[in-house]
Amino acid sequence: MDMKATSGKKLGLKEKYRHMTRGLDWEPSYQKKEDIYPYMAYEGIKIHDWDKWEDPFRLTMDSYWKYQAEKERKLYAIIDAYAQNNGHLNVTDARYLNAIKLFLTGISPLEYMAHRGFAHAGRAFPGAGPRVACLMQSLDEIRHAQTQIHALSNYNKHYNGFHDFSHMLQRVWYLSVPRSFFDDAVTAGPFEFMVAIGFSFEYVLTNLLFVPFVSGAAYNGDMGTMTFGFSAQSDEARHMTLGLEIIKFILEQDPDNVPIVQRWIDKWTWRGYRVLTLVGMMMDYMLPKRIMSWKEAWEVYFEQNGGALFKDLARYGIRPPKWLDQIAFDKDHISHQAWATFYQYGAASDFHTWSPTDDELDWLSKKYPDSFDKYYRPRLEHWREQAKQGKRFYNTTLPQLCQVCQIPMIFTEPGDPTKTCYREVDYLGEKFHFCSDGCKEIFENEPEKFKQAWLPVNQIYQGNCFPDGTDPTVEDFEPLAKVLEYYHVNFGRDNLDFEGSEDQKNFAAWRGMATTNE
Amino acid sequence: MAVAAVKDYRFDSADRLENFHGNQLLFVGWEDHLMFCAPFALALPPSMRFGELVDTTLPGAFGYHPDFARIDWSAVQWFKSGQPWQPDFGRSLADNGLRHKDVIRFRTPGLTGIDGSCS
Ligand SMILES: [Fe+2]
Ligand SMILES: [Fe+2]
Repeated sequence: MDMKATSGKKLGLKEKYRHMTRGLDWEPSYQKKEDIYPYMAYEGIKIHDWDKWEDPFRLTMDSYWKYQAEKERKLYAIIDAYAQNNGHLNVTDARYLNAIKLFLTGISPLEYMAHRGFAHAGRAFPGAGPRVACLMQSLDEIRHAQTQIHALSNYNKHYNGFHDFSHMLQRVWYLSVPRSFFDDAVTAGPFEFMVAIGFSFEYVLTNLLFVPFVSGAAYNGDMGTMTFGFSAQSDEARHMTLGLEIIKFILEQDPDNVPIVQRWIDKWTWRGYRVLTLVGMMMDYMLPKRIMSWKEAWEVYFEQNGGALFKDLARYGIRPPKWLDQIAFDKDHISHQAWATFYQYGAASDFHTWSPTDDELDWLSKKYPDSFDKYYRPRLEHWREQAKQGKRFYNTTLPQLCQVCQIPMIFTEPGDPTKTCYREVDYLGEKFHFCSDGCKEIFENEPEKFKQAWLPVNQIYQGNCFPDGTDPTVEDFEPLAKVLEYYHVNFGRDNLDFEGSEDQKNFAAWRGMATTNE
Repeated sequence: MAVAAVKDYRFDSADRLENFHGNQLLFVGWEDHLMFCAPFALALPPSMRFGELVDTTLPGAFGYHPDFARIDWSAVQWFKSGQPWQPDFGRSLADNGLRHKDVIRFRTPGLTGIDGSCS
């Protein structure tokens, strides 16, 4: 239905925007505001005037719809062409596929959760401005989830490990890392959610997620991923503006908001940084054609860009996030520590790992002159030597996990990469363990929330990660096999070393057929 | 503040002892051997002798490392929650004071991993 202005005159953009967003809002008369917006007070944030909210992008629903439809048309034309032309055979090397398995299983479901989170936040805010902005971001996010699933379903026709991402997200040990990150955000109140995802993730950290994957796809001949990446990134400008607007708005409303927001910035920068460990590993080890090192990416996208941002926020009384010293030290280490983890637990994951080639080891030495040769190269060369002798290392004893980030306790002491970092807290007679001061402090602020964490390792030991009807008391019970069955990871196809895998053989055979007359 | 919530908020801890069917969790790390990316999580009966843990469980967990066979167990230094600690190999985990979710580590003087890299 088209609305016709009775004067016959067309509305200007600004007017149209006002009528179609704030103009549609009304003051309730027979219900109390607190009943309509029940989540506005309990986080302690004080808002005095919702009309002070500056709408960061003046977009009405009808033009939003038009723009997005146009993007979709272009995107699906490219994805279809890519599928029809067997574009997957143009990627640099089949090892690359494991990077996008990690993306599909670990990141795409978060897009869906972001959709839910922004829908919830939008519903919770009494202000019409943020409500409309959150609605649009919520729709963007479900679009991202859907386009990623569609684009990557093409790989599922040909390769292993793409078959059951939503089932895996709820169960698989390393997927509990991104999963618990987002579950923490969507179960927080609407203000914390906006600071967590809208600001800390979308504004401060998003480039560290998207640039590596999208450029990684471009560098490695993956047109499909590159295309959905660009399509999603075109929404990103709006998301970043919203993230910055929400933080400024909250801070300007009441000085009592400052310490609460500061605590959330500390928490969510740390949590986001921990999740990005997976991206660091992907950049340094999983892209056959590298774009830049994790360390370089951190320096450009966080230290430089983030530094300017926090200078800007200083006038509100906000300081840079805590633990940046440790992060700065750790940028030489975490990607290596993560790859070593996935290499040794390669029997329990949904993608393949491998020993880096000599060229790749040399690249790492060059990019990490202060750490790689001294601490990590000996480990990798030892494993490679063992693998050559038929003794490829598969660690089958379960690791201790951090109660908050849920990553195995792989990180080292600030300033000493030879010592595992152990932190613990006694809470109501029970011990809780953490990978770092950051995760420990996050727990201490909300122990009642984090003591409920579903830690995959501990759940396995409780007997909760076997298929229904499993009897763990039978003779020669094989727990790992049963856990993989519960995960829907097919042993020998989805897991283990890339060398000798079905993916490796099929890719080589199909590429041979496409490029020779054999 | 234990949590921000709209109403009364009380839940059990997910890893309380009673969920482990008679076992308790013990976390064990080997200092200077980061080839094992993280300390191990073990679910063990509290009545298990400490010596049995060392003789039967630890080899399965750490035995892949070439240093493991060279360990002189009489020279090993033990730590519990980071503090020096002396286990009695003849007594049970419980009698050694090990409770659910305790973390212990051991240091093997002279053994510092692949080429001394603490790997
Ligand atoms: Fe998104
Ligand atoms: Fe952690």
